[in-house]
Amino acid sequence: MISLAGRDILHAWGKFVFTGLGLGLLIGVTLSMAGIYRGMVDDAEVLLDTSGADLWVVQRDTLGPHAESSSLQDDLYRGILTLPGVARAANVTYLTMQVGQGERDRRAMVVGVVPGGPGEPGQPRFLVAGRHLTRGHYEAVADLATGFQMGEQVRIRRNLYTVVGLTRRAVSSGGDPMIFIPLKDAQEAQFLKDNDAIVHQRQRTLANPQLNRPGQPGVLAAVLATQTESSAVNAILVRVTPGADVDAVAADIRRWKRLGVHTRAEMNEILQAKLIATSARQIFMFLVILSVVSAAIVAFIIYTLTLGKIREIAVLKLIGTRNRTIAAMILWQALGLGAIGFMVGKIAASLWAPVFPKYVLLLPGDAARGFAIVMLICTLASLIAIRAALRVDPAEAIGG
Amino acid sequence: MLYLPIPRRALPLLAFLLPLGAAFLWLALTTGPLAPVPVTLATVQVDGIRPSLFGVGTVEARYTYRIGPTVAGRVSRVEVQVGERVKAGQLLGEMDPVDLDDRVTAQEAALRRAQAGVEAARAQVDDAQARRDFATAQVKRYEQLLLAKTASEDTVEAKRQESQVAAAGLQTARANRESAEQELKRVEAEREALVRQRANLRLIAPVDALVVSRDAEPGSTLVAGQSVVEVIDAGQLWVDTRFDQLGAGGLAAGLAARINLRSQPLATLAGVVDRVEPRADAVTEELLAKVGFTPLPDPLPHLGELAEVRVDLAPLPPTPWVPNAALHRRDGQLGVWRLEGNEEPRFVPVEKGLSDLDGRVQILAGLKAGDRVVVHSRSPLSPGSRIEVRDTIPGVTGTFDVPAVSPSSFSGASGLNGGGSVARTPSIPEATSDISSADSPRGPGIPRNPVNPVNPNSPYSPAAPVSGPTSMPGAPR
Repeated sequence: MISLAGRDILHAWGKFVFTGLGLGLLIGVTLSMAGIYRGMVDDAEVLLDTSGADLWVVQRDTLGPHAESSSLQDDLYRGILTLPGVARAANVTYLTMQVGQGERDRRAMVVGVVPGGPGEPGQPRFLVAGRHLTRGHYEAVADLATGFQMGEQVRIRRNLYTVVGLTRRAVSSGGDPMIFIPLKDAQEAQFLKDNDAIVHQRQRTLANPQLNRPGQPGVLAAVLATQTESSAVNAILVRVTPGADVDAVAADIRRWKRLGVHTRAEMNEILQAKLIATSARQIFMFLVILSVVSAAIVAFIIYTLTLGKIREIAVLKLIGTRNRTIAAMILWQALGLGAIGFMVGKIAASLWAPVFPKYVLLLPGDAARGFAIVMLICTLASLIAIRAALRVDPAEAIGG
Repeated sequence: MLYLPIPRRALPLLAFLLPLGAAFLWLALTTGPLAPVPVTLATVQVDGIRPSLFGVGTVEARYTYRIGPTVAGRVSRVEVQVGERVKAGQLLGEMDPVDLDDRVTAQEAALRRAQAGVEAARAQVDDAQARRDFATAQVKRYEQLLLAKTASEDTVEAKRQESQVAAAGLQTARANRESAEQELKRVEAEREALVRQRANLRLIAPVDALVVSRDAEPGSTLVAGQSVVEVIDAGQLWVDTRFDQLGAGGLAAGLAARINLRSQPLATLAGVVDRVEPRADAVTEELLAKVGFTPLPDPLPHLGELAEVRVDLAPLPPTPWVPNAALHRRDGQLGVWRLEGNEEPRFVPVEKGLSDLDGRVQILAGLKAGDRVVVHSRSPLSPGSRIEVRDTIPGVTGTFDVPAVSPSSFSGASGLNGGGSVARTPSIPEATSDISSADSPRGPGIPRNPVNPVNPNSPYSPAAPVSGPTSMPGAPR
């Protein structure tokens, strides 16, 4: 049986291989699209993983810090630390901005963390090079995707930071790579204006007789000081003690500290159902359409391949070949074509996935599902082709 | 042909299919869950790590003198410009005396009059003395004549009375002289007072100093307490430094420090911690310290310039240490991935001690020298992860070992990636003001003296009428 299919393939192996290659590229595109969708969802997941938190404390009645803006005073965390069930609490700021490096700049999410040590909430989970932040100022740990190198100077607002460590897969929900810098620098970067704006503000204040009173120079100094202060953070990351009830701790903070609190599940919901919902659904819809179109094309190709051999099949029937043998030949050819297509597709998707600017996550589960679907479609398409082949009149072999 | 295991016609097809299958297999094994995680390793070493602290601060003057009038008035002249060096006692400026000079002239006239009065009184005393002497002599003569009975008792009595009148006249003249002398003293004192008031309008440098600000120009009217000129003791500058409270327990006066000014980031200046403030900043969670320059650089650093300060604490006794990138927290437990005998990583809990600025962390328990631990990994490890040991993680470029500035760095001692130290390099000048560095708030109190040295040595100086090294961002400098 195989030999019949094999001999037929050998008869025109070039056609078979190139058809398989073409199919493979189509399957590769579909697999990549699935990878893009998975990557989007994974970006949101990994953002939460990187935080290393069980609870996100944010401004009351906001969905911060990622879906909505949230601003908290930076001393609130002390009160939260005293609550039962809270193991660790750390301030964090998030700001997506352009980070300069020499002539070029790169979009990145700047995360301000307390340089308290590895394993603290908000710190990068693991490094691929270098070390964690140790100084309270002017150091950065960057994601590999930023393209920044160890020891390089990067510019965030008016300060230069030395890259002392590199991490990987630390991204925002939008897929922007993260740069971790000390919290105090991040607060400054987030809330401070540029030099010109500060100078203008000073001049406006100097010109205001209410604030610049003769004989009371202290008033002006105090007013100027308050204008340049920044003591806000975007969220407080809380890790509960092992065994503590996360929801109970969240309820405590909500009730007694009157702050907004999100658990891991709620954050997931916020990110996936609210923040990336439309773009993810957009990609998903496209994935569905692409899958349907790919399935249709695979089916048509197999069907037309068989119809192209209808004369030979008639000859086979004429010489008395059994229907089972002919059906098996067509089925095996279809499955072989599908297998080649799948392998080519998987290889192609794996090869071009790293070139994509955003993360493409090729899950083995997705590949297995894809393989099953390809085989199913090939089988279905060959069934139609078999039906057409078996209905052919052996007389056609010798007729005009 | 049919009986050959592989028909010759199948060879081209196989030539396509076999590499395809091989490529597929290779991809399946190198990507996805079956692939080993590339990691870098470090061997635990025993060393006494030297923790150091990193802080930022602004250059400030230890003593700031704000020189201005004690009473409201108008500035008549200002003799110095910003940046000039002045000597102790040098005239810096003068307030308008209004009528004070005329009053001094009037008082001098009054003084001369009083002197004349004293002379007149003295002459009167001489006159009265002469009269009395003559009268006394007359009495003696007439008394002898009375004995000789050549003069009458009546005449002698008249002479005696004349003599008493002359004595009383002398008494009066003496009293007048005393009065005139006291008047002279009064007028002299009054003149002295006016001259002192006049001198008080002259603004004098209290010490050898540098003029940092000229706050008022001739013609402008000031109230008491406002400054005309601000000078600093240029020999005593220090960095008002803020250190994060985390791990800053060892900060103490007398420790050596290294200072990098923002304008010269590559020049490391020597310094010493002069004082750690008893009062920490509760809001920013920082310790405050004053770090002096040893010696003071020439040219002088700019007041208000940002400086980075590194303070080396005392070295710790030797303990095993690991790079901080090796530490992870799993289920609330701090630990490292240690390579077991079968080359498989296992998470072992450790207890960490202090750490230094280069990321070395003391391990107090859980590891011993010679243990191999995972430092970097391409993705988070989990129990049972397959690992592949590399020198660097694929995709990592650049080096970390920028010129070492830290004498505490153990050059060559570390067989680790990222064991070196980082030199801080330039940052862009900052226009913002850091106001929160003063020893005491700038008080608008009225000084009793035109010269007000502020002593920032006392951290609690509530009575200081003019505050210490606060910078006033809006003021012309």
